[in-house]
Amino acid sequence: MDATQVLDTGRARRLPWLRAWRGGLQGSEYTWAVAFLVPYIAVFLVFVIYPVVYGLWMGSEPSLYTTLFNDPIYWMTIVNTLLYLGIAVNLKMVLALLLSGFFMRPGWWVKALLMIYVLPWAVPSMPAFISIHWFFNGDYGFLNNALYDLFGVNGPAWLDSRWLAMGSMITSYIWKWMPFWTVIFLAGRMAIPSEIREAAKIDGATGVRSFVHISFPILANLYLVCTLLSTIFTVGDFNTATFVTGGGPAFSTYVLATLGIRDAFDLSQPRLGVAAVITALPLVIPLVILLMRKLKTAQVQL
Amino acid sequence: MTTTTADTALGQIRPVARDTQRMRRIARRRRYLMNAGAAVLSIVLVVWTLTPIFNMVMVSLESHNDVFSSRIWPAYPSLSGYWLVLSQGYWYLEFFWHQYGNSVYLGAAVTILTLTIGSLTSFSIGRMRVRYGWVVTNAALLTYVIPATFLAIPFYRLAQTYGMMNNIWSVIAALVTFATPYAIFIFQNYGASIPMELDESARIDGASPLQIYFRIYLPLMAPALVAVGTYALLLAWNDYLYQFLLLSSKQSMTVPVALAQFLNSDEAPWNYMMATAIIYSLPPIATYYMFRKKMTGGLTMGGVKG
Repeated sequence: MDATQVLDTGRARRLPWLRAWRGGLQGSEYTWAVAFLVPYIAVFLVFVIYPVVYGLWMGSEPSLYTTLFNDPIYWMTIVNTLLYLGIAVNLKMVLALLLSGFFMRPGWWVKALLMIYVLPWAVPSMPAFISIHWFFNGDYGFLNNALYDLFGVNGPAWLDSRWLAMGSMITSYIWKWMPFWTVIFLAGRMAIPSEIREAAKIDGATGVRSFVHISFPILANLYLVCTLLSTIFTVGDFNTATFVTGGGPAFSTYVLATLGIRDAFDLSQPRLGVAAVITALPLVIPLVILLMRKLKTAQVQL
Repeated sequence: MTTTTADTALGQIRPVARDTQRMRRIARRRRYLMNAGAAVLSIVLVVWTLTPIFNMVMVSLESHNDVFSSRIWPAYPSLSGYWLVLSQGYWYLEFFWHQYGNSVYLGAAVTILTLTIGSLTSFSIGRMRVRYGWVVTNAALLTYVIPATFLAIPFYRLAQTYGMMNNIWSVIAALVTFATPYAIFIFQNYGASIPMELDESARIDGASPLQIYFRIYLPLMAPALVAVGTYALLLAWNDYLYQFLLLSSKQSMTVPVALAQFLNSDEAPWNYMMATAIIYSLPPIATYYMFRKKMTGGLTMGGVKG
């Protein structure tokens, strides 16, 4: 079982197709097969289709969108969301890809380092982000205390200006999620047959050239699929903005996910909240289509 | 050309020898630089990874006066914060153990249901090859790519309508919905490596599909079950939004919801909060390190949701 199998649904779907139970399902077997599917179909209809349709109905009034677009916070939120997706996701993925190469190095201490490095992933996000919120506190936070003790520098109030707060949020996000993707890319690299790398080494390709001409072309598809997936999930990221910056200062670091929840519950306008979330669909749907295509047709050859 | 053969030979050999020597020196220097670079990078990574965790531990050991000071190490580190949490000695923590129980119950229920529903579905689609199974596979794929936050508001309204507020089963339903698609993918892929002949011979001996599922499929799927089970548990432990929206009474809420309530108090008791956070973080960290080897095999995409 290796990491790339999941991405390889094209091949995986064909395999069981070829090797089915001989002679198809007979008699009562068919009933069993259908019965086994019932739980998931029920979950899908009741907890996916029903809420999705209900949500679309809630957000179907055009006047909601006029209200939404007249809200100055909304436009600030859109800018934040795009920045957050553009910078945080891509920076995280690039760093994860490069670091996965570092963790391929032999030696016990690299393995020990990997054990430490993955820790943020195992820490639940909400407690981790709460502690980071305090960490960035301008007066009593660890960061500014440490800056003062080590370098004699008076650090800024990290969460009191829009751009510093956005930076803090992006940094926290990368801290929490980079280890996970590093492990994925590491698994992808491990699956590259060592003969390829050795052959390239004999031909004189090392370091950067080995990465550009061998590792990256092989990992490119995995990288693309992972980036798409991560972007889609990050659109729905609620915890980072809520707990690291709290959306502040003065609503300037809201992202769409937190704005939707704020409109729905702090302002008690659930329909407006749904409308805010729906405006992310023009961004999400193309990504989903692209991802579905990649997952179906692209064979991640590893 | 009047040079002797000896001269030519010397003239050729010497520079070559000098060259190899120089190249060796360059290679050695490069290896040295690489190792030095790796050492620096390692230190940077350790500091980057552990600083926030160090901060968490340190604040949890502080007394109330230390919290609002500019020290990076508490003047009198003590475990009293932990004792206070464990003995429910603070008014926000009066139901701590009950709420911890809720979190454990939630995690266990999500794990068991995800494994059951996921394995049944992939058995039917992947092994029995039921007709139109691909429709279900695609439906699962579609669910997998819906950001969890998008369904939160409709879910809340529906829970209200059907009187499911403050009922932990509404959260369980939501999280199982988001965890099963991943389970189905992993199981289908893993199942493809189990020989069909095993099912065939059992069929010839007259085993019913239910027997094949229990006696052959599940035991052989054990590694995948462990990987997905860990994934589902971590998903439940990472979630905050659904628990926050659907559970608001002190009796029904889970630890993260209770923890977030601290933030609303005037002067947040950061030392107690961090102690609570660490106690809450221990089970997933322990689970993760216990099953780490199996996770890296089975866990690929999806640990990100929630």
